[in-house]
Amino acid sequence: MTVQTVSLLLSAAAILILAAVFLRVRVLAHAVEDYAPVQGRAYRIRAIAFWLMLLVGLPISIWLLRDMPYEADATEAQIVNATAAQWYWELDREDVSLNRPVEFHVASMDVNHGFGIYDAAGRLVAQTQAMPGYVNRLVHKFDAPGTYRVLCLEYCGLAHHGMMAEVIVSETGGSDG
Amino acid sequence: MAEAYTTAGAKVTAADRGRLWVTLYLAVTGIVLLLMMTLGLLMRLAQSDILTLDPALFYQMMTVHGTGMVGIAALGGMAVMWHFLSAHVRLHGWVLGVNLVLFLAGVVAILAADFLGGFGGGWTFLYPLPATSGAVWPTWAAALHLSGLLVIGVGFLIVCLEIARAIIVGYGGLGRGLGWHVLFANSTENVPPPTVVASTMVVIVTTLALTAGAAILVMSLINIAFPEIQINPLLAKNMTYFFGHVFINATIYMAVTVVYELLPRITGRPWKTNKVFLAAWTLSTTMVLVIYPHHLLMDFAMPTWMMVIGQVLSYVNSFPVLIVTGLGALAILHRSGIRWDLISTLLLISMFGWMAGVIPAVIDATITVNSVMHNTMWVPGHFHFYLLLGLLPMQFAFMIYLARGEDVTPQGGDMTAILYLLFGLGFVGMFLMGGWASVPRRWATHLPEWLIWDQIASVMAVGVIVLATVFVLKFLTRMPRILQEA
Ligand code: HEM
Ligand SMILES: [Cu+2]
Repeated sequence: MTVQTVSLLLSAAAILILAAVFLRVRVLAHAVEDYAPVQGRAYRIRAIAFWLMLLVGLPISIWLLRDMPYEADATEAQIVNATAAQWYWELDREDVSLNRPVEFHVASMDVNHGFGIYDAAGRLVAQTQAMPGYVNRLVHKFDAPGTYRVLCLEYCGLAHHGMMAEVIVSETGGSDG
Repeated sequence: MAEAYTTAGAKVTAADRGRLWVTLYLAVTGIVLLLMMTLGLLMRLAQSDILTLDPALFYQMMTVHGTGMVGIAALGGMAVMWHFLSAHVRLHGWVLGVNLVLFLAGVVAILAADFLGGFGGGWTFLYPLPATSGAVWPTWAAALHLSGLLVIGVGFLIVCLEIARAIIVGYGGLGRGLGWHVLFANSTENVPPPTVVASTMVVIVTTLALTAGAAILVMSLINIAFPEIQINPLLAKNMTYFFGHVFINATIYMAVTVVYELLPRITGRPWKTNKVFLAAWTLSTTMVLVIYPHHLLMDFAMPTWMMVIGQVLSYVNSFPVLIVTGLGALAILHRSGIRWDLISTLLLISMFGWMAGVIPAVIDATITVNSVMHNTMWVPGHFHFYLLLGLLPMQFAFMIYLARGEDVTPQGGDMTAILYLLFGLGFVGMFLMGGWASVPRRWATHLPEWLIWDQIASVMAVGVIVLATVFVLKFLTRMPRILQEA
């Protein structure tokens, strides 16, 4: 399952549970009960939610930090210099090989752009910002051959939606030159 | 002074001069809201490939829509907060008037810059795009747009200072407005009611946000005038997103006062300040200021510790105010014996929209998720969720409340609110589906495989606009009466 699908399902599940709680309150509002016991129950639920978030959620959030993209391992990487400008990409290499890290050095000549890599099915697989004055190092290992597309993911003006380039991933994948 | 009250906690419904301005604020909010929604629909139709729009025009509309919506979110939110706060502290109504004049002047400047000058730098005006448009818009248009923003920012800053002054005079300091004497020293004197606590938080964070925003605006203006004076782009981005994140978040903290004030009146159950409530607001006051790096997770040049804060505290931040307020509202309503009507239903929806809208945001603030969701439609999906279904229902509820002469006895009409919720869910759901499908945000034209989400969203948007029009008209048609009473 892709990260996108997991995110969607998690969000949908959480929103549906929340909706069920709200619906229950909506439907039962006409009944009359003293406030004190209702409030007591709400406080208990609040306490449970608090400890759950602290003892379960927080560790999960910290655990999810384990593979941040910033210091990704790039031994024997293929280097691709990608430079953005209004409104095109310049890649010094378009053919890369499968299953070996590719290290994109992403820079911009004018304004902020976003370097987004889309697979052959049109799914976003990795990105970094292209910012003037900085070189962002994005490491990605392609695990399927095909023609990938680079789309712009930071609004950069009139032809933002027209900024596309291609990266061709194959077994042999060009030379490291 | 006719326009102020010092009665802490008393229910004040009398007419006053502050109310005149509050009413005008809401009128401007309602009218601009409907116009901006229409621009939004046109953008969605263009992305659907149903309407042909020149990309330059699309991006101008996107800039106006984003800026305008953020502007009225604050204008409407401020009206709500001012109204309820003025029952607790002594506020000078004319300050609202000054802000409205500055606001309208800024709006005129921005409309001229964008639609006549062709400026389309987005509501985030990210340096150096305003000055570096690829010769699409002239420098004067960029300068005019940024100046318009600056004028609007100064207006809101003045209001914040006035509110801060009033809270300091009324409660003896901002710390006391946040209830620290109760929280840390167990005092039982002069306990600030929820509205005062929320207002104190709002003025603290909004003042900081506006200061950063004004600074980056001035720096950008200087750069436009003297291009050789440059700004570090990463610093500029930090300032911009600090401002943008805090400011838009503050609008919902302003508007939530309507929940604190009206639910007790509707149900007859009090909403009292207690230590958990105070602790939550104090925590949120600090956290909302430090979590903004979750907007910069894809700027790999940022220090890693800031990214870690951006992820972990974004997650933690969802707890305090949101859960305390959400559960508080649910508890007040649960088995309270009320009959639902338009106002109470809107308030219920607003709590749901706020809480639910935060969920996709927290998920996206996870760095590994952000790598494949940042700047996709997932992002407008999350913020339209909590603005359209969280913030706006609060503002609508307040409009209806004034239109009904501040009477909260049930008068029906909840079906329209439920329809609004359903269309709204459909509309934001399509943004989220677009994010799932990797559709980039802020694209004037879309690839064929993305159109399905855009087209369903367009239909839903029509429903949203019709219902929003119903709510706004309920208020506008009653406006002469409200003004007469004032
Ligand atoms: C019928 C209601 C609405 C419609 C049809 C609509 C439509 C849109 C569309 C199509 C976009 C551009 C999406 C993209 O491709 O990135 C957008 C962006 C935005 N909308 Fe809305 N919207 C609506 C309501 C609202 C409301 C109520 C608010 C706030 C109170 C709001 C605030 C924004 C903001 C801040 C942006 C970002 C602009 C930017 O990216 O520069 N919208 N909206
Ligand atoms: Cu771009």
